Amino acid sequence: MKQLKSFGAFWYDFIVGDDWHVAALVVAGLALTAVVTHAAKVNAWWLLPVFVVAALAWSLHRATATRK
Amino acid sequence: MNALPLILTVFIACVVEAVEALTIVLATGITREWRSTFQGMAAALVALAVITAAVGPAINELPLTALRVVVGALLAIFGLQWLRKAVLRATGYKALHDEASAYLREVTAAQQAAKEARRGVTDWYSFTLAFKGVLLEGLEVVFIVITFGDNQKNYGAAVIGAAAAIILVTIVGIAVRAPLTKVPENWMKLAVGVMLTSFGTFWGAEGAGVRWPGNDAALLVVIPVVAVVAAACILWLRSRKAAVTVSAPQSEVVGS
Repeated sequence: MKQLKSFGAFWYDFIVGDDWHVAALVVAGLALTAVVTHAAKVNAWWLLPVFVVAALAWSLHRATATRK
Repeated sequence: MNALPLILTVFIACVVEAVEALTIVLATGITREWRSTFQGMAAALVALAVITAAVGPAINELPLTALRVVVGALLAIFGLQWLRKAVLRATGYKALHDEASAYLREVTAAQQAAKEARRGVTDWYSFTLAFKGVLLEGLEVVFIVITFGDNQKNYGAAVIGAAAAIILVTIVGIAVRAPLTKVPENWMKLAVGVMLTSFGTFWGAEGAGVRWPGNDAALLVVIPVVAVVAAACILWLRSRKAAVTVSAPQSEVVGS
């Protein structure tokens, strides 16, 4: 059980890293892009970059806001 | 797409990973013993070969659309992690990853650990440390080579970039027998973060069904835009730090 936990922790750290909000925002951006593109027939090439920039800014804000 | 940007991106990313692995191996080998360290390295390389052999063909079986969504998401997440760390380090919110101090920490820990023989290995500590270091950094190299090689349908260029990086760092490491402190690691991480984020965003959106204006040429816009955003974040955090009182600056514990 302990080995299974450390195995899971290794892959979580490897893929998700320090801030899970970044991964969540990227996945949300991709999902929304797919929905808008396929369901609404809008070529939303700009949507994922907006999410990516927002993820970086939000994560940096969170990392530094409590260190004043 | 021209193979040169692909080779350079993989090369720079793999130099960073190889330098980190070299630091761990040198600290272990010099402080403890080389035999167990080399055994750990060899075991890690075998594990990497097995993982690559298992994952490589499986990736080829995936439909290109699904592959681009998954790989795009992973690359964007990886890239943003690198960018986040590099920006925090460039602005002093996180201590710079100093290979010399990382080396000293590894050396101190290695000197304090007890020597124990296990499973035919004379020094289990050296074995496991070298194994973990090479496996973790190697996994990142494998991931970068497979994803970039497969998406650009140019495994050769990706392998050339990775092999050149590993050979270069190995030769320099053997020559100096010390951690490579002169490598501007943070700026290289920033550059790699920009590239991984850009490629991840481009492929991820394509996989989600988007058609980029100008097709592949859009990357020539996406990469500079991500770089400008990263630079703007550095300026933003520097001004933010300057605006608050400098009486109690704090840093995060140095990560990998």
